[in-house]
Amino acid sequence: MSANPLRPAWLALALLLASLLLLLLGAGVGSTGWESVWRLAAPDADPLAWQIVRDIRLPRTVGAWLAGALLGLAGAVAQGVFRNPLADPYLLGSASGASLGVALAMAALGVSPFALQGLLRLGITGAAFAGAVGAVLLTLLLAKGAHNTMRLLLAGVVVGVVLGAASSMVLMLSPEIMQAMQSFMLGSTSFVGWGACALMAAVLALVVLLAWSLSRVLDGLALGESTALSLGLPLAPLRLLLIVVMALATGTAVAQTGLIAFVGLAAPHLVRSLVRAMHGWLLLLSAGMGAVLLLGADLLARWLIAPQELPVGVLTAVLGGTYLLWLMHRRNVQEIA
Amino acid sequence: MLLSASLPGMAANAQVSSAPAAAAITLTDARGRAVQLTAPPQRIVSLLPSLAESVCALGACTRIVGVDRYTTWPPALAHLPRLGGNLEPNIEAVVALRPDVVLISVASRAIGRLEALGLKVIALEPRTHAEVHGVLRTLATMLALPQGAEPVWARMEQGLAEAARAMPAQARGQRVYFEASRGPFAAGENSFIGETLARLGLVNIVPAALGPFPRLNPEYVVRADPDLLMGGVRSLGESREPYPGWSALRAMQSGRICRFAGAEADLVIRPGPRIAEAAMAMARCVQKVYP
Repeated sequence: MSANPLRPAWLALALLLASLLLLLLGAGVGSTGWESVWRLAAPDADPLAWQIVRDIRLPRTVGAWLAGALLGLAGAVAQGVFRNPLADPYLLGSASGASLGVALAMAALGVSPFALQGLLRLGITGAAFAGAVGAVLLTLLLAKGAHNTMRLLLAGVVVGVVLGAASSMVLMLSPEIMQAMQSFMLGSTSFVGWGACALMAAVLALVVLLAWSLSRVLDGLALGESTALSLGLPLAPLRLLLIVVMALATGTAVAQTGLIAFVGLAAPHLVRSLVRAMHGWLLLLSAGMGAVLLLGADLLARWLIAPQELPVGVLTAVLGGTYLLWLMHRRNVQEIA
Repeated sequence: MLLSASLPGMAANAQVSSAPAAAAITLTDARGRAVQLTAPPQRIVSLLPSLAESVCALGACTRIVGVDRYTTWPPALAHLPRLGGNLEPNIEAVVALRPDVVLISVASRAIGRLEALGLKVIALEPRTHAEVHGVLRTLATMLALPQGAEPVWARMEQGLAEAARAMPAQARGQRVYFEASRGPFAAGENSFIGETLARLGLVNIVPAALGPFPRLNPEYVVRADPDLLMGGVRSLGESREPYPGWSALRAMQSGRICRFAGAEADLVIRPGPRIAEAAMAMARCVQKVYP
């Protein structure tokens, strides 16, 4: 821990301000790079520009914030449930499950119109969600529930590898989806409209509420499983519920924006390096941190080589990773001093 | 000029520089590597769809003994052994066919292995109309065709001109967006698709400066507001708006969308000898949406 941790409320305020600032910036960063939003709102402005801001730029900006919040929250839950700082939201196979769902849906779009009708009606987004949640359920089934952490982690890794191989197989058989698949694997907010935002917002409200009400379980788990049990917590069902929260948050984010790397892993670490707090705060702050991280990365992804775009997942890893490494380095220096 | 295809040392062609000793045919592939052949190959393995198509267009389809998994045209090749993908071919299966030459894409990792096993490897990868022409010339040299690739190329040029003539007058100068893949990845002016669109008299909204297949911000397309959308049904979708905010595009409003499906979707994105047919497929669709 650093010598003078921030108060959680200060960090919350800072994240809120950063979010507001980035949301405002997000309305101005588009295909021509930075544009003055004031000029767009002027009465003599081009109606097309205004439509672009309303229908494309704002939803994807808000969507990046929401997806980041979902991933940050899921990461904090994962690290709490598994009592492992390396845990991330994709740990139980949801990422490879989602990829497989998307690969199947995209491959099915190309073949005969009658094949895989159900999957098609689900759409690519639905297939991603079903894949992510299905993979976590499969992991839970293989691990025979959530009571044994090691078993659960092992099952998650195995499910991840097997489903990953399956989607490689699908990719090999229908190579024409390779490029579209790549944009899913590296994440993109260009498919996010207002509908997707509304869905993510509803899920975020639900999972924040659930996770927050279970934060005492995570606090108990942090002291060790036996201590948690001695506090009288019914561990198995509560842990199952937390995993469901994690799967729901991850699946929803991944379905709308693709596999965005590192936000779920980095956000809780960044929060812990700045504040010392119980899980109640940690969950909320991780969500805020994830939101700010992903939104910041998305703005850069849109702006750096406009009108072309970079994959946002690459930038989250570069930004979050660099910051995390810098924090670790600084802490080492302080400890030595 | 008459030449015997089977006797080494006797082949002589305007485009074939005679080399010392047994090498009758010398050609330079896309790696800049000089490949020497003692005679025109009788057994050809192709590991890239456009290369198999090119060999067939030059009339040597029967010499192909194996193809990669993605080769779908011409149908005559359907019964041949499939040797894996172009980037990860089944090397053992390639060697087992005892090919005189292996045609492969430049990016394939298998090139080194195949050469180490003593096979003649010609790496080619057409990405523009000029390169399609160049590949045909190289392959004509390889096959020691007396007339070279020019008759085939002339037919393709003629086909492109025919497609351009088939374009409805009111579609001339219309602004087009061609989606190469979901992302959105666009086909820019300097991609071979862009070159075809230009031949058809359409104006691409994606300038050459952005590269052949840039990944665009979807609002770039909304701002450019093209008159016509083109792309595979896989990326443009059946009926819904492909990306948020696109339903206001004038092309969406007027229904001027060309969605290529099935074999046509393959046809329009392959830089091979069928670019004229691809152009004609585009022109046919434009005729429909500009009645």
